[in-house]
Amino acid sequence: MRAAAVAVSLVLVGVLVFLAVKGSPAFTAGAGELPAHAANFWALAGPLAFGSLWVAVIALVFAALPAIGVALAATIYAPSPRFGRFLGAVLDLLAAVPSVVFGLWGLMVLAPAMVPIYEWLHRYLGWLPFFSGQPSVTGRTVLTAGMVVAVMILPIMAAICRESFALTPPALIEAAYALGATRWEMVRTAVLPVARSGIVAGGMLGLGRALGETMAVAMVLSAIPDLISVNLISSQNPSTIAQFIASTFPESTGSQVSALIALGLVLFAISLAVSVVGRRVAQQGVSR
Amino acid sequence: MSVAQTLGKQPTAADAADAAVTLSASRPSLARRTKNRIASGAVVCAVALAAIPLALVIWAALTRGIERLDLALFTNSMWGVVGQGGGLLHALVGTLLVTGATALIAIPLGLAAAIYLTEYGGQRKLAGITRRAVDIMVSIPSIVAGLAAYALFSLLLGPGTRSGLAGAVALAMIMIPVVVRSSEEVLRLVPGDLREAGLALGSPRWRVIRKIVLPTALPGLTAGAVLGVARIIGETAPLLLVAGFTDAMNYNLAEGRMATLPVFIYTQWSSKGLDTAAYDQRAWAGALVLMAVVVVLQLAARALPPQIAKLRRNR
Repeated sequence: MRAAAVAVSLVLVGVLVFLAVKGSPAFTAGAGELPAHAANFWALAGPLAFGSLWVAVIALVFAALPAIGVALAATIYAPSPRFGRFLGAVLDLLAAVPSVVFGLWGLMVLAPAMVPIYEWLHRYLGWLPFFSGQPSVTGRTVLTAGMVVAVMILPIMAAICRESFALTPPALIEAAYALGATRWEMVRTAVLPVARSGIVAGGMLGLGRALGETMAVAMVLSAIPDLISVNLISSQNPSTIAQFIASTFPESTGSQVSALIALGLVLFAISLAVSVVGRRVAQQGVSR
Repeated sequence: MSVAQTLGKQPTAADAADAAVTLSASRPSLARRTKNRIASGAVVCAVALAAIPLALVIWAALTRGIERLDLALFTNSMWGVVGQGGGLLHALVGTLLVTGATALIAIPLGLAAAIYLTEYGGQRKLAGITRRAVDIMVSIPSIVAGLAAYALFSLLLGPGTRSGLAGAVALAMIMIPVVVRSSEEVLRLVPGDLREAGLALGSPRWRVIRKIVLPTALPGLTAGAVLGVARIIGETAPLLLVAGFTDAMNYNLAEGRMATLPVFIYTQWSSKGLDTAAYDQRAWAGALVLMAVVVVLQLAARALPPQIAKLRRNR
């Protein structure tokens, strides 16, 4: 049993060592040795890291309010405990749909359906940098990718929010009602303030998931690896680290592979930082 | 509701609110009631927003997947197929082999680590380190696990190797922390009295664990393991990197590229032949099969929890 605990810790050490050994040559590699004709490693990693964060933030923006709403529906607003459990089962099912299926759906169903909406956005909001330029005719934009990822991270965020809403002290809820609060006023003054750290922690966890999401983005987004752009509906979109690795890896050899492994290390570092912040916030909430 | 009506039963918070309204003899103002209505409506909308994509995905997989859901799909590989026909037998076999190998690595190791954490670890330093390691492993993106497995196998066997076993190692990195966490949670639900009773009768600790703790926790442990399998069976990215893809059957985990169901779906879309409709149909049929497998695993795990609930009540 002791050996197993040591082994689990060693697996993590192993992951870091293998990645570092095979990836380290890329940090000093020059032009010609890197994929996508990058001059040096950071010129490759920078735009991709931007793309990863950009897609993840879009997904978070889309998923945050629905996740909180669903969590409220499963706890405070649930007409019966049974309904709460049913909603939980639906969320578990949503969380279990494989990402490649979401990718297929996003690509073949959602993207074409979004095209007229993108044209409308461009026509009336084209003066904003997000919607300027010719909108994509395939719908395979960063906005579509962000929406697909939002659907995928919604269940995990809702689950964390639900847990923290369920921990609201009943005395607070009853006190709010006793003072004549409506249900919404009760939620606003009793439930949400208590659960604030839980909501933030759920958001960070969702953000971490979104950063690492590979297949859905790889299939939906038609991307250019060295582009930094905030345009949401163009046919020219930034790529993400995970997408770049997945789409480039099968045809890569030698120094290109080590560049991809080094990119994996960068992605790991980013998502680790996000999850550490999330856990800090959650613990602060518990100790308070 | 009047106070007399509530006397018969335990008053709830909503009753108290009603009573407050009755006492002050005034309803909340129109603005406050409207806000309350809007909030309730928003909550309903949120549920719809979450349920609609799920319904649309299931609908798309059903209607589009059914077109090629025939016997040939389950009896053929893609060997030599360039247009119509072909099947996903090679991918199904690959998924079974890779997932089985992953479970063989991750479940014993994860369970043993969880037993250490709950039964032996206590406040020891190693327990703290292991928990920290599990926390970090949970946040490893799946594609990074694939890269790590690739790096390991290329250090051992030379660059460019791809095999089902490498895929299983990558998936195990994702599954181990899941198994450790779920097992630890279930083992903690086993009442301490049971352990103490066993120890008081003079049984050695390992015997208490084997004869009392594990049998009590078995349904929960099984449910956790099944959910762990459901979590990794749809993983695509790591397998795309280290198990690769092929059109042929491969029963050997240790050697050669091995197709798996998620990667089959991806490659049917990514490397299409001329007859694109045939490839799309196969991709959707694969998606339908994969989703059916995941749903069955989820339902199987859900069929077990009553026993855990009983444990919870005993605590």
